[in-house]
Amino acid sequence: MEQNHTEHVDHFDPVASKIGMWLFIFTEILLFGGLFIVYSVYRYKHPVEFHLAHQELDVTIGLINTIILLVSSMTVAMSITALQTGNKKLTLIFIAVTILLALVFLVNKYFEWGAKIHHDIYPGSEFLMSLSKGDMLFFGLYFFMTGLHAIHIIVGVALLGVVFAKVKNGSVNQNRFSLLENGGLYWHLVDLIWIFLFPLFYLIH
Amino acid sequence: MSEHKNHISSYKSHIVVLLSLIMLTILTVTITSVHLGPFNTAAAMLIASVKAAIVLLYFMHLKFDEKIYRFMVTLVLAIYAVVIIITFFDYLYR
Amino acid sequence: MTGNFTTHRMPSYLEQQGKYTGIRAWILSTDHKRIALLYLYSQLFFFFAGVVMGIFMKLELIAPGQQIMGPQTYNALFTVHGLTMIFLFIIPGLAASFGNFMIPIMIGAKDVAFPKLNLFSWYLFILGAIIILVGIFTGDGPPDTGWTFYAPYSLKTNTNVVLTVFGAFVLGFSSILTGLNFIVTIHRMRAPGMGFFRMPLFIWSLYGTAWIQLLATPVVGITFLMVVADRLLHIGFFDPAQGGDPILYQHLFWIYSHPAVYIMILPAMGAITEIITTFSHRTVFGYKAIAMSSLAIAFVGYLVWGHHMFTSGMSETARLVFSFLTFLVAIPSAIKVFNWTATMYKGSISLEPPFWWAMAFIFIFMIGGLTGLVLGSVSTDVHVTDTMFVVAHFHYIVFGGAGLAFFAALHYWYPKMFGKMYNKKVANRGLLLLFIGFNLLYFPMFILGMMGMPRRYYDYLPEFATPNLISTIGSWVLGTALVIVVVNLLRAKKGTPEEIDDPWGGRTLEWKIQSPPWIENFEEIPTVEHEPYELTEK
Repeated sequence: MEQNHTEHVDHFDPVASKIGMWLFIFTEILLFGGLFIVYSVYRYKHPVEFHLAHQELDVTIGLINTIILLVSSMTVAMSITALQTGNKKLTLIFIAVTILLALVFLVNKYFEWGAKIHHDIYPGSEFLMSLSKGDMLFFGLYFFMTGLHAIHIIVGVALLGVVFAKVKNGSVNQNRFSLLENGGLYWHLVDLIWIFLFPLFYLIH
Repeated sequence: MSEHKNHISSYKSHIVVLLSLIMLTILTVTITSVHLGPFNTAAAMLIASVKAAIVLLYFMHLKFDEKIYRFMVTLVLAIYAVVIIITFFDYLYR
Repeated sequence: MTGNFTTHRMPSYLEQQGKYTGIRAWILSTDHKRIALLYLYSQLFFFFAGVVMGIFMKLELIAPGQQIMGPQTYNALFTVHGLTMIFLFIIPGLAASFGNFMIPIMIGAKDVAFPKLNLFSWYLFILGAIIILVGIFTGDGPPDTGWTFYAPYSLKTNTNVVLTVFGAFVLGFSSILTGLNFIVTIHRMRAPGMGFFRMPLFIWSLYGTAWIQLLATPVVGITFLMVVADRLLHIGFFDPAQGGDPILYQHLFWIYSHPAVYIMILPAMGAITEIITTFSHRTVFGYKAIAMSSLAIAFVGYLVWGHHMFTSGMSETARLVFSFLTFLVAIPSAIKVFNWTATMYKGSISLEPPFWWAMAFIFIFMIGGLTGLVLGSVSTDVHVTDTMFVVAHFHYIVFGGAGLAFFAALHYWYPKMFGKMYNKKVANRGLLLLFIGFNLLYFPMFILGMMGMPRRYYDYLPEFATPNLISTIGSWVLGTALVIVVVNLLRAKKGTPEEIDDPWGGRTLEWKIQSPPWIENFEEIPTVEHEPYELTEK
């Protein structure tokens, strides 16, 4: 509670911003949580269709993207280690690698979605409308959930970009690294959600 | 700021965490390719939960932070789990 | 009379000259007190817009047959009335205005944890309101779905649902960020010595509220996004033609919107606790019980959403589970009422206007609460669901509960916020008239509901005529009373400032500083050495 003695409202409290970040993560968890409820209800109601529809998805691309995200999670964690030990250059490299991996993930996603759309599978398409209800729901959920996840990746890239710039100009440094820590937390959250999306969409048996 | 001692994770520990996560990923892919009936989904979800726990504890640093964070995360996940269970009171018995 | 901490007077937050002048000094200010007033004024504005709509609806219902509007207009009117009152007035409610003003002061801090985020929340609030307004006045007309946006009708209607729903989504974000800010503030900014169990009970109730805002709002946010996606991309989440389940929409909607009732009522209960304690001149009875009951309501309230869906076609098991859980919520609510009564027992009560407001609150809230049991039990609910009974019940709870508490809080903290005192006699008379008008307006609806009059129709059978006429007359009385109450407060604002740092003999920290407070609240952060509400010699 020592912070309270500081001069003005402009004080800096790393613990406060960390709690704030965690609270924000909770809201994200429940945002996706609502979607996971929808997913599980419809999968429960249409088990066969969900199983057949999932075979349209490419497990290999899913697996590659999973590993990309896991590695990027590690690099962002390492960037914090690097900053805490005072190695600014290494920090920047790790953040850059994370951003790069995120972009690779998005490119993969682009090709994956592109192939689906090329086969006339996208929400509201005539072909999809001619399929069974379970198929429509599966692909609706697939596009909506992975799409929302991709938006989070894009936001994460932007956030990490800001952190990169701030580490570079020194306003995020060894003694004041809350922003990097919180950016990292956000990035892990994106990974966390994907950990569940992957088996739920690509590995239905 | 004495209340807030920072634990610095080593690069090595990060690599170990990553390797275990990748191994679990490969495990879940192989498990779902063999027939286990309804246990396939259960296994996939179990492994995903273990992976999530590892990310939360090590990458997201919960293991080394003050207890309050772990407490809050557990609480939120518990509430969410209860919400799912109650929702399924409808769908399972309809 | 000013023998407190204050020895010399500082310029108040109202006069403080900062970087900006004029209106920019307000809309660019990150001072929690100014943001609180921004919320207060915008909420009151929306409240009166909602009141006007309500009065027009009652005018249509003055007699059977079409009076002043057709069915489509009536449908739009009750939808927009609901949206305005729920999302723009009572969900931000006491938290956004009085919470913003009082949290830092009551816990002995200079501001909230994230002042800029606080201002940003207000902007999101206004942005959401504007989007909803645009949705109402453009496109194919205002939505006619009711504020609940039930699928599949919300997917099929030609009215402007997408914009309105998106506006509600933005408002949800504002609410989440406010909750986040409050939780961090309460965790990190308490003055030395102010342990969790030394916090005023208003703060405890806001703490519980903030958690609900944080954990429930995202669910409705994503649900609204799914409705938008259904309408724009034809995904079919909730469209039975595409395999979607409309009942699932109801689940997701009420997973938020039931806890939202507690977002409205918990801060109200907190404010009432403060008022009763202050005017009884006693230590609050059962401090820990009240504090914990706030958290219990927040938690259990999260699990009872299904009692809005007893007739939706949900499974029998689910109906029983939800009915049972609903009755559980009554326990912590009753704990509060008993503790209020016990606090007043043998107290030396001063009968000031805020206390009368609190009494009106308890009376009306009890009626609302008890009729809630009728709706919480499956067997009786199926008979009165979707009738005027439900309308009466939630107006007793939301307007009679949260709304009256809002005005109670306004009368209680008014001298603190503006450093002026209103005319107490007029305030009391306004309340009396409001109390009469309120019961005239809403009580006949209970009877109408029992008689079987459905809600949300612009027309009704002739046998419902008399209670409806009484109800419409009640709406005029209520409207007049509200005008008296607010004009009284506005006139007081023009009056001369008085040195009324502690007009009521309050014991929480906000009464130890000058009124209106200085921009940084405390010249020196206080150290708290007493239990809350402890009577100390002045």
